[in-house]
Amino acid sequence: MPSLAGRISRTAQFLWSGWSGLAGLSVFAALWQVAHEAYGNFILPSPLETLAAATALLGEASSWQLLLTTSSRALSGFALAGAIGTMAGCLAGFHPALLRLVQPQITLMLGVPPIAWIVLLMIWFGTGSATVTTTAAIACLPIVFLGAAEGIANRDRLLDDMALSLGMGRVRRFVRITVPQMLNRLFSILIMALGTAFKAAVMAELLANAGGIGEALAVSRSNLDVANALAWILLSVSALLAVEYGLIQPTRSELEVWRHAARPWGVKR
Amino acid sequence: MSTLTLSDIGHAFLGRTVLDQVTLDIGDGELVALVGPSGCGKSTLLHIAAGLVEPRHGRINRTYGRHAVVFQEPRLLPWATARKNIGMALPEKLSVRDRHDHIFAAAAAAALEDEDLDKYPVQLSGGMKQRTAIARALASEADFLFFDEPFTALDPALRRHMQDIVIRHVGSGKRGGLFITHDMAEAVRIAHRVVVLDRRGNGISGERYISLMPGERDERMIFETVQHFMKEDPLFRHVEDLDERRAG
Repeated sequence: MPSLAGRISRTAQFLWSGWSGLAGLSVFAALWQVAHEAYGNFILPSPLETLAAATALLGEASSWQLLLTTSSRALSGFALAGAIGTMAGCLAGFHPALLRLVQPQITLMLGVPPIAWIVLLMIWFGTGSATVTTTAAIACLPIVFLGAAEGIANRDRLLDDMALSLGMGRVRRFVRITVPQMLNRLFSILIMALGTAFKAAVMAELLANAGGIGEALAVSRSNLDVANALAWILLSVSALLAVEYGLIQPTRSELEVWRHAARPWGVKR
Repeated sequence: MSTLTLSDIGHAFLGRTVLDQVTLDIGDGELVALVGPSGCGKSTLLHIAAGLVEPRHGRINRTYGRHAVVFQEPRLLPWATARKNIGMALPEKLSVRDRHDHIFAAAAAAALEDEDLDKYPVQLSGGMKQRTAIARALASEADFLFFDEPFTALDPALRRHMQDIVIRHVGSGKRGGLFITHDMAEAVRIAHRVVVLDRRGNGISGERYISLMPGERDERMIFETVQHFMKEDPLFRHVEDLDERRAG
């Protein structure tokens, strides 16, 4: 069992790694500043100006409402795709024939442009939350499904034999041997899917005029207010980062302490 | 009294017969070493005996309660510490206290130190990993153990140490065991009886009882027995033949 000291040290390391994240963002901001100075204020407002605009937006309660709306739509789409994709992926992973049948449909789903989905969903569900949530779910469903299916299909079968030789039953083998191996693969996929869900949700909101950050962006566009548009982008990325580093990464590091132990020192910190 | 009886076992992979009419009887608390050239079907026979592979025909009769297998690779769960890897063999219903005691006893039997128990497999050396695998098998309270060439990847000194662990905890009336190896010295050192599988898997070619009990034999006696087997005994003529018909 992980000791308290180990947990504190891991948390401290996680927080400390924020500095390297900040350093990376600073490099990005520097490049942004360069571009701003080259193209002028109208095309690309400076990072500080954008930050000021974003701070001003955060001062209004209505912006928080918009952020919350988009985040909850993206997250419910993500959760929906996560649940359906993981379950279906598990099934397909255990049955190679099923996986072979489903694979072309996944390619098909990935091939249909998201914009086409939005048009169809607007016809089916109208321009509301349902359209946005479903767009987000459809955008990340295929990758979650494939991640889960591959996680199961590529499991270490030698470990299965080992568990069988110890007399473990089917359910216990699945829970204790197969699921950890699947999660191992699924987690990096889930992080990608979360980003996709946010992007798809904002896009669907913009096109369907369904409120949230997307609609705020549409308003900025019609006003040619680049600073405001950038501020909204900044806020939506921040919302994504907050979910990823507040929810997904801690869960992941909790489940993957062993992976941390395997890393060489220079990679650890 | 026999604890494991294989009668007339046969198996085929994709229509090609790999084992045919193999009959083997292992007594209570007896450790049998099974030798044979590479690719003769030793591992397949062990997997059949351990219930991991369904044989094409033949019957398996087990009178022991539980068995465990020590594989050629340690097969540890990479996401669990050595302690949890050993603990996974224990029944779920044990109390925390009992669980701890069982793990501790098994680790001690396999000469694992307490501080190693909190390490993950990636942090353990090859020998430690294999020791953890042995501890896991011992913790399962199995009364029969299967060994599938478990020490092949270890260096000679470490291998001898592991063999001593096997001698101490298997055979000698405690647990029965079937030990597959291609190292004759290993077979002669640890087993009560050495059984030779036919090089084409057509039944058992023959068997030799080794004098004295495992653990009482000295290096000289082991060396001479192996020399005698390999040079003069026709039964062992093909044991070191190479025929890589298939892996495992």
